[in-house]
Amino acid sequence: MKSLAELAPAGRDKAAARVSRRVVARKIARDQIAAHLGMIAAVAVISFPLYYAFVISTQSMDQAISRPPLLLPSVHAVSNYVQAWVRADMGRLLLNSLVVAGATAAGKIVLSLLSAFAIVYFDFRLKGLVFWMIFVTLMLPVPIRIVPTYQVISDLGWLNTYTGLTVPLIASATGTFLLRQFFRTVPAELAEAAQLDGAGPMRFFWSILLPNSVTNLAALFVVLFISGWNEYLWPLMITTSAEMRVVVVGIQNLLPNTGTDLPEWNVVMAGAMMALLPPVLVVLGLQRWFVQGLLGPEK
Amino acid sequence: MLAKGRVLMASLVLALVTALFAAFALTAAAQPVEAQFWHAMGGRLGEVVQELVDRFNQSQDQYRITAVFRGNYSETMTAAIAAYRARNHPHIVQVFEVGTQTMLMSGAVYPVYQLMADHGYEIDWNDFVPPVLSYYSTADGNLYSMPFNSSTPILYYNKTAFAQAGLDPERPPETWQEVEEFSRRLIQSGAAECGFTIGWPSWTMIESTRAWHGLPFATHENGYTSLDTQLVINDEFTINHIDRLARWQSERIFRYGGRGGDAEPLFINGQCAMIIQSSAAQGGFRSAINRFEWATAMLPHYGGEYPKVNSVIGGATLWVLAGKPAREYEAVAAFLKFLSEPEQQAYWHKETGYVPISRSAQALLEAEGYLDQNPDQRTAYSQLTYSPPTPETRGLRLGNFVQIRDVIEEELENIFRGQKSAKQGLDDAVRRSNQLLREFASLYQ
Amino acid sequence: MSLLERAVFKNRWLPYVLVLPQVVITLVFFFWPAFQSLRLSLLRVSPFGDRVFFVGLRNFQQLFSSVEYRISVVNTIVFTLGVTFVTLIVSLVAALLANQKIRGRPLYRTLLLVPYGIAPPVAGVVWLFLFHPAYGIVQYLFSFFTDWELNWYVDGAVAMALVILTSAWTHLGYDIAFFLAGLQLIPRELLEAASVDGATPFQRLLHVTLPLLSPVIFFLVVMNMIYALFDTFGVIHAITRGGPGTATETLVYKAYKDGFLAMNMGSSSAQSVVLMVLAIIFTWLQFRFIERRVSY
Repeated sequence: MKSLAELAPAGRDKAAARVSRRVVARKIARDQIAAHLGMIAAVAVISFPLYYAFVISTQSMDQAISRPPLLLPSVHAVSNYVQAWVRADMGRLLLNSLVVAGATAAGKIVLSLLSAFAIVYFDFRLKGLVFWMIFVTLMLPVPIRIVPTYQVISDLGWLNTYTGLTVPLIASATGTFLLRQFFRTVPAELAEAAQLDGAGPMRFFWSILLPNSVTNLAALFVVLFISGWNEYLWPLMITTSAEMRVVVVGIQNLLPNTGTDLPEWNVVMAGAMMALLPPVLVVLGLQRWFVQGLLGPEK
Repeated sequence: MLAKGRVLMASLVLALVTALFAAFALTAAAQPVEAQFWHAMGGRLGEVVQELVDRFNQSQDQYRITAVFRGNYSETMTAAIAAYRARNHPHIVQVFEVGTQTMLMSGAVYPVYQLMADHGYEIDWNDFVPPVLSYYSTADGNLYSMPFNSSTPILYYNKTAFAQAGLDPERPPETWQEVEEFSRRLIQSGAAECGFTIGWPSWTMIESTRAWHGLPFATHENGYTSLDTQLVINDEFTINHIDRLARWQSERIFRYGGRGGDAEPLFINGQCAMIIQSSAAQGGFRSAINRFEWATAMLPHYGGEYPKVNSVIGGATLWVLAGKPAREYEAVAAFLKFLSEPEQQAYWHKETGYVPISRSAQALLEAEGYLDQNPDQRTAYSQLTYSPPTPETRGLRLGNFVQIRDVIEEELENIFRGQKSAKQGLDDAVRRSNQLLREFASLYQ
Repeated sequence: MSLLERAVFKNRWLPYVLVLPQVVITLVFFFWPAFQSLRLSLLRVSPFGDRVFFVGLRNFQQLFSSVEYRISVVNTIVFTLGVTFVTLIVSLVAALLANQKIRGRPLYRTLLLVPYGIAPPVAGVVWLFLFHPAYGIVQYLFSFFTDWELNWYVDGAVAMALVILTSAWTHLGYDIAFFLAGLQLIPRELLEAASVDGATPFQRLLHVTLPLLSPVIFFLVVMNMIYALFDTFGVIHAITRGGPGTATETLVYKAYKDGFLAMNMGSSSAQSVVLMVLAIIFTWLQFRFIERRVSY
């Protein structure tokens, strides 16, 4: 395949130029079609599970488990979603998940902002130690420290509370790490200018640094909201009442118990669709900032 | 001005808080005694549990039970233990049968026989179905936890496929020889792809099949009389049995479909004409199968020199945890008493397919004519009461049983995959299990 | 390590106040429990904690001599590499496609990012059904081509493939987002210059795009590995629970299983300690990455 540049008009002859323009146009069209086909293939592969889950969530139980499988939506969506909503107490689950994911994301951002600011803009003796301490937590996930952590929460009387669900999770190495990267790309002159104007560090933080990192914070919010929403083992362990369950845990209750329940996969999928909608909306709603704000400075 | 405003605000808040507390204290005085009940019954079963709890709460106004679903059996047990260690535990927790020894040795339980006696409830323990009672009693016969959901493996067969294959749909196989023969006919006639499959491999094919033939599972009366127990499942009987299953796979007489209830779809879909699975699967089968007729039968037997005794139970019981205020145990005792009543047992049985735990509940079901309408629900009970349990068949009392079952099923899978001979696999299972038993025993010396 | 190059404000106590909240949380909820794990790893404790024996390093000895642990190490390696590279390659291809100048690009990008919003346990439920041995469409399609029964309840290799694919799927969006962000930073002029020099698209990819993306790729390799190692619990728990047998039992899952199902806190804590050592190695790797990122 030849590159576009090579095909660009080079002929002196007008006719030749016209011919080559037509070639270019055809070439562009062909490239476009190829690009679309590639794109569609990629999207199809990646979205198929989601599409299938949606389709199943609109079918009756018999349709959902029929052979051959049906690949088109049916008309039972309303009853499936109502059933899943009622059976899993979906309203409560979603509310809890929203509170937990929202609070952990917000808490993580605040804490990470402060510590990243300190690490980038100050010089203090224990900096190396603090930095290392924060980063190693990235790799101490819940499953490997759950029993002792549970003990701490229980001693604090935080079992079954939103506090218990969120506070232990709001130290985020990811947040600090990404914010530190953002801050380092903010031109040094800004801080120097602020100092010359006699602005203190907090003043600089509020009126210059924060407004300059809005996009990055939005991106970070997406990442942290998702990770808060995805938390599974922690809420499973520290909540004992159905009212405090989060949706990723609660949805498991819809899975048919072998031997005692019907294979109502249509209802399961309806529940799954509802459980995945809010975080997907967050990703989609913030996607522009999400992609832009992940790396490097704002443009 | 500003300071005054703040004082005003503060006193307002204070007044509000005091009022709230007062209101709370007032209502608290009239509150019934509460007790927490953690269970592992999700889905439809969970709804039935909630219904039972609601009935209890409505039947009187002194006590109030709060039922909380805590995930599957292991999650529920773990949560209860973690909570106990943090002194936040529930009063009642549902524990599966393999957790029995751990609970017994924990020193954290209030034995049910004692709880009931302490609160003046006279319960005729002899009314309980013997293998149910004995599974959760100590060697000297004291019941430690309240039987709740008990089941036992039985045979389900596809009557429609039997008829297609020219077999008598009213005559299920009684012996393993017949299982083989019938399976061949089912496959040859095209009525089914495979003869039979199984659920809960260790429980159905080893634990229950051995007890059904009067054989022990472990030394020292299956661990009832000593912690120093060892498995004996690598004897000729089980080696031959498992070897037969492994060989039958090539002819599709037997098809392995996974652990727990993973193999059930093979039966529901009509691929396998028989399944050996928990009697509690009846509820699900009844609503999920509409393309063919099916019925239940007792486990196949080898006959010959072996007696027919009883199968072992599975399921779970309710354990009462120690360390709560005395008054709250009144609520617990009242609730357990309520659950053991024939009416509740009959309701539970009808809704779920778990066996009734007492003879009087069974009698009630007979009297109501329910069992005549649903004769398949008789199978499990008949099998459990086939003959009185012996010390070899009354139950299993093993520490680390959760892992032991895991080890056994892992080795069974190695055998079914053709990676090990039946002898090799079972020898390995016994060796690894004995190691786990020793570890458990060393904790409690 | 140069952490100090842009310290501009002078204040003796303010930086400490600023880092205090995060440090406190980290100490209470990470380091204290980690220290407890270290202590527990030297003990043998009964399930209810009523009996405690000091056993020295015996938990570690047993661990390293046990066949099951070795199996779970192998599983973890297969799983981690599988998730890391399936995610990386699929998302690189998707991001390159989505970086082309075509109409409807925003829509395509949106669709590609969607799976990132799906929680692993929920994704687990969806994929469990896709691959269901009796009801799933994948098994159904396979039955046309082969006699091979695609049953992950029985077949360990299928189960492993399933948890790898599911874990990779939910993580695709993360990688795609980073790749798209990274691709945006590549100056167009560079690619155009390469075109003028007669480079084919493939050559441009190999000699211009990939080298410029290499910091992002390296970062994502590390992040994917961390994700695969430590954050996929929900997938495995929702689908295979480590089975069949021990076919999908990873180090984290085994630590959970031994601590929770088996209630052997000593051994489970020993496993946690091993994982923490692994965590420290990864942290070190990340520091290395940061250095590279800075030079870029």
